[in-house]
Amino acid sequence: MSWLEKILPSIASGAKKNIPEGLWSKCPKCSSTLYEEELKKLTYVCPNCDHHMRISARVRLESFLDVDGQEEIAPNLVAVDPLKFKDQKKYKDRYSQAQKNTGEKDALVVKKGTLNGMPVVVAAFDFKFMGGSMGSVVGEKFVRAAQESMASNSPLICFSASGGARMQEGLFSLMQMSKTSLALKLLADKKVPFISILTDPTMGGVSASFAMLGDIHIAEPNALIGFAGPRVVEQTVREKLPDGFQRSEFLLEKGAIDMIVHRSELRDKVHQVLSALMHNG
Amino acid sequence: MNLDYLDFEQPIADLEEKIEALCNIKNKVDIVQEMEALKTKSSALTKKIFSSLSDWQISQLARHPKRLYTLDYIDNVFDEFTELHGDRAYGDDHAIIGGIAKLDGQPLMFIGQQKGRSTKDKLKYNFGMPRPEGYRKALRLMKTAEKFSMPIITFIDTPGAYPGIGAEERGQSEAIARNLFEMSTLATPIISVVIGEGGSGGALAIGVADIMMMFEYSIYSVISPEGCASILYKDAAKANVAAESLKLTSQHLKKEKLIDEIIPEPLGGIHRNPDEAQTLLRDALKKQLNSIVKTPIDQLVQARADKLLSFGKFKD
Repeated sequence: MSWLEKILPSIASGAKKNIPEGLWSKCPKCSSTLYEEELKKLTYVCPNCDHHMRISARVRLESFLDVDGQEEIAPNLVAVDPLKFKDQKKYKDRYSQAQKNTGEKDALVVKKGTLNGMPVVVAAFDFKFMGGSMGSVVGEKFVRAAQESMASNSPLICFSASGGARMQEGLFSLMQMSKTSLALKLLADKKVPFISILTDPTMGGVSASFAMLGDIHIAEPNALIGFAGPRVVEQTVREKLPDGFQRSEFLLEKGAIDMIVHRSELRDKVHQVLSALMHNG
Repeated sequence: MNLDYLDFEQPIADLEEKIEALCNIKNKVDIVQEMEALKTKSSALTKKIFSSLSDWQISQLARHPKRLYTLDYIDNVFDEFTELHGDRAYGDDHAIIGGIAKLDGQPLMFIGQQKGRSTKDKLKYNFGMPRPEGYRKALRLMKTAEKFSMPIITFIDTPGAYPGIGAEERGQSEAIARNLFEMSTLATPIISVVIGEGGSGGALAIGVADIMMMFEYSIYSVISPEGCASILYKDAAKANVAAESLKLTSQHLKKEKLIDEIIPEPLGGIHRNPDEAQTLLRDALKKQLNSIVKTPIDQLVQARADKLLSFGKFKD
């Protein structure tokens, strides 16, 4: 061990000690060191490079809805491991680990509340919960959100962030795609608006069902949105993917989404659009 | 080794080769007995092998190079098939075949995914992987069927929706989602059959049905065994293990009430007796079709909705 190596670890650990955990974060895009309190006020958008960081379902809902009158819908739904699925780890173990890591019961959280005073139902994905994957619980919660929307004639809004269907529940997961699509069809027949807000990343079975069935599609800047993952596409076509492939700006260009909205302007923009769509009450 | 046979079929292949060799002998008088004995042995061996297939072996049968594809069935199962082309917006996707046909005198709309057998056909049909325009063609035909009160029959046989650059640019996700949305309350009967491989969302996009059937050795899964293995086991070679975990066979799915009926296959699988397979499929479809067209449409659509909403297992 050289003299330099000997002192380096102590410098590193010394530096760590001076920064209490959670006080500072690093932007995953531009690597600038950011003060956590300030970042929170900016709803986790980097003040230097404008990168929209991934945020938890709960932070999303709490920052999107008006502070007062938030009420969670179907908070106690949990998975049952219908296939007794096991890969390198048991699904049961992965599931309880995800619950521990996120503090959530599953990958989707639904709340009703108000947006600038307008009653709404909002669903938000937690990407940290097994990649925001959709199994039976996510599908059922989404349906209950749509049913609540219908019953109260208040718009449905969904923030998606998901790798797709949850493999560990096999075909049960795939069936959530048709189940959630049906719920939106029934909602559409009642002329209640559904706003789909696509955040980083929205892929696979979630993208190929309710996330692409909005009356209005809004994306956050630079979010990865698509059916097949970019690596799978690259391996299939064996050519270099175009710049910005499957990013929000690319989707806007191709006509798949209506607009890209900065996180700080989402509340007002969604409220404005909904006010117009709901002009007849 | 005969490449038209899977590894676990090789003992059967050996016997069949012997039988074929005997068939070619000119003076058959002396060998009749021996041939009969070999045939009995071959069928007993096939029965034995097929009575204890693993889920991985079934997955291989579902994708057997000699298994029948959609176009192999159309003329023998239906009458008066008229193919209809194009999505009216971008192009005509050959991976999805669609058209008007009759079954037992009943006019219907047929939609089916088509793989290809020769290299040329594989490319033409894009290995059975539809692009958005294929799904949009299917939806256009389904809407036409609804308008003219024709039941819809779909055949599912795809590794999945095509993961290509153009497919993504033209909205693969939206095309699939739109079909799920529209099919969920479409006011005409829908019968779907997985004839081979039911690959995830690409299969479901023509498979939201009142009656969901599967051929005995077909598979229907949220992800291919290979895909699942490479993601969860970090090793695509573990596809055999993943196949067991995914519970993707007709037996498993029937038990879970995710499908309604299993259509039995001839001994040794569809490829060993195509004529019998076609008859079995035709009979199964006829039976379901005759009963479903008698159900009032609003009852049917309500039952479909109830069924879709019932999918999923969770604790509240």
